[in-house]
Amino acid sequence: MTQLALGSPGFRNRPAVGRRRVKSAVLVGLLIAAVVVAVGVLAWVLVYVAIQGIAALNLGFLTQTPPGNPASVGGGFYNGIVGSLIIVGIAALMAIPLGVGAAVYLVEYGRGRLSEAIRFFNDVLIGIPTIVTGAFVYAIWVTRFGFSGFAGSLSLAIVMMPLVTRTTEEMLRLVPHELREGSLALGATRSQTVMRVCIPTALPGIITGAMLAVARAMGETAPLLLTTLGNDLFTEYNPAKRMSTLSLQIFDNAVTGFQEGQGRAWAGALTLIAIVLIFTMIARFFGRRVRTSNA
Amino acid sequence: MPPPGEGGGIATVAVRTPASLLRRGRPRIADRIFGASVSVMGTVVLVVIAAMVVFLVLQGLPAMQHYGFFSFLSSQRWTPSTAFQNVSRPNPYGILQFIYGTMLTSIIGMLIAVPLAVGAALVITEVAPQRVKGPLSALVDLLAAVPSVVYGFWGVFALIPAIKPVVDFLTTTVGTVPVIGTVFGGPFFGYSYFAAGLVLAIMVLPIIAAVCREVFRSTPRNEKEAALALGATRWEMIRIAVLPRARSGIVGASLLGLGRALGETIAVTMVIGNAVLHINSSVFSQGATMSSVIANEFTEATEPFHLSALFVVGFWLLIVALVVNVLARLVARRGVAL
Repeated sequence: MTQLALGSPGFRNRPAVGRRRVKSAVLVGLLIAAVVVAVGVLAWVLVYVAIQGIAALNLGFLTQTPPGNPASVGGGFYNGIVGSLIIVGIAALMAIPLGVGAAVYLVEYGRGRLSEAIRFFNDVLIGIPTIVTGAFVYAIWVTRFGFSGFAGSLSLAIVMMPLVTRTTEEMLRLVPHELREGSLALGATRSQTVMRVCIPTALPGIITGAMLAVARAMGETAPLLLTTLGNDLFTEYNPAKRMSTLSLQIFDNAVTGFQEGQGRAWAGALTLIAIVLIFTMIARFFGRRVRTSNA
Repeated sequence: MPPPGEGGGIATVAVRTPASLLRRGRPRIADRIFGASVSVMGTVVLVVIAAMVVFLVLQGLPAMQHYGFFSFLSSQRWTPSTAFQNVSRPNPYGILQFIYGTMLTSIIGMLIAVPLAVGAALVITEVAPQRVKGPLSALVDLLAAVPSVVYGFWGVFALIPAIKPVVDFLTTTVGTVPVIGTVFGGPFFGYSYFAAGLVLAIMVLPIIAAVCREVFRSTPRNEKEAALALGATRWEMIRIAVLPRARSGIVGASLLGLGRALGETIAVTMVIGNAVLHINSSVFSQGATMSSVIANEFTEATEPFHLSALFVVGFWLLIVALVVNVLARLVARRGVAL
């Protein structure tokens, strides 16, 4: 402090600038290290699963059901792949129309406290643990009708619906007001305006949201443990019965302690990641279209 | 060509209007039905949340009535095999060790994930060159696309062997110091609160980073440029222009991540060891969380009140998740308004 009075500003500043630069470089370096750690972990997970999975992956894995004894070689997760697709498909059929409808209500119809509450609790529902969702579906459905693929679909629909609502709401808000006014001025009713103007305009974004929800549901395991339970004896196509899913089979085989079972689980993990990435990529493809059309 | 005037205009419109519009009654009714049905769809979410609370309470009620409402929270005695229909005390269903496990694993996860996520978000918004920003944020987002069961599987076979030497070193050095040794003591078998916390950190990192990215992006550009123009280094610009405005946004993002960590089930179940009998003081010892005990015992619950007691666990987990998520939304909303 005393030096400040004695010397010229430049005399005192030069080392300080150097110190500030060093401090900045060190801290920015730490920030970059954080990104490196995050991306490094991602690479570690993906590469590890790919190496383990490719070693166990073959055509039989995709076309056969698991052997009765988890310690024996061969067999595959065909029934689980089929089960995942059926269960998530039914869940999507329930969740996407409901989610889009709720978003239409929020953007085009909703006023005041009710719509505010719906928006708020929709976000809250996204954060509710999926195991609790599974327990809830067990309480309302499984206690009456038993374990079934449809019970799993119900729980996944509860997971997906708020995700679809949120993205659809955001996309509908991007639709310019002039389009709605033009449609109404031409004599179209509100429902016609929504169905023929707003939703088609927002469609790429709505598809993005729906695909991301499907990708999320594909990987869910916890709610299915309490609702569909799994079935590794044969391939079940009837959602009213117990079904297996890819995620349940990975979970079961990962903890068996038999190398052969674990090998199948790694191949399953690789398959599951591939399915999830396909849906994520479809979502990004439509998402990119949204962004370019808005720019 | 029609003469200019009102008559011609109306005629053209009438010709081009779909026939259904001219019939007065039907579109109006269809419109009402449409409006009513989307309103019903909107309220589904409220019904679902209310029904969740009601049904979990109903299913947990037998155990709560039998053993008392608060005795679950004060005891850590989880011994379904000693439960009988006619003997009510001592309560064989205490869930304190699960609450402890959930809190401890979430705290470990947050301590690691929050700094990493904030750092990653800062790099993506403020540091990285323009061309790298997009791919980088897509990669961090990709962490959220990997399913929970895959993280758990990877955690058992890749993460635990990798951290074992480090943790073994810690348990033999820090773990032998008198007081803090109880927290870092061994032996370390791999499955542990710590391993669960690490996996949770990886899983909540992309969620926190995504929200932080939005928050940082909303800081005014001219303030950042002003800081740089006044001679601030890049770090000083971040400290002066970005972080002060983002504080409540970071808190909201962290609470969102916390909500996710509290409820995460499958990955935690696979790496925590599922030791349900009591609280283990060391972070390197095996334990259980509220969600892992539900996943582990739900379909095998045959003892009296066992299933009902698991629903009690589920009820408290729902309450905790509701509180954390409501807080997160309130804080985040205030952050956006600032």
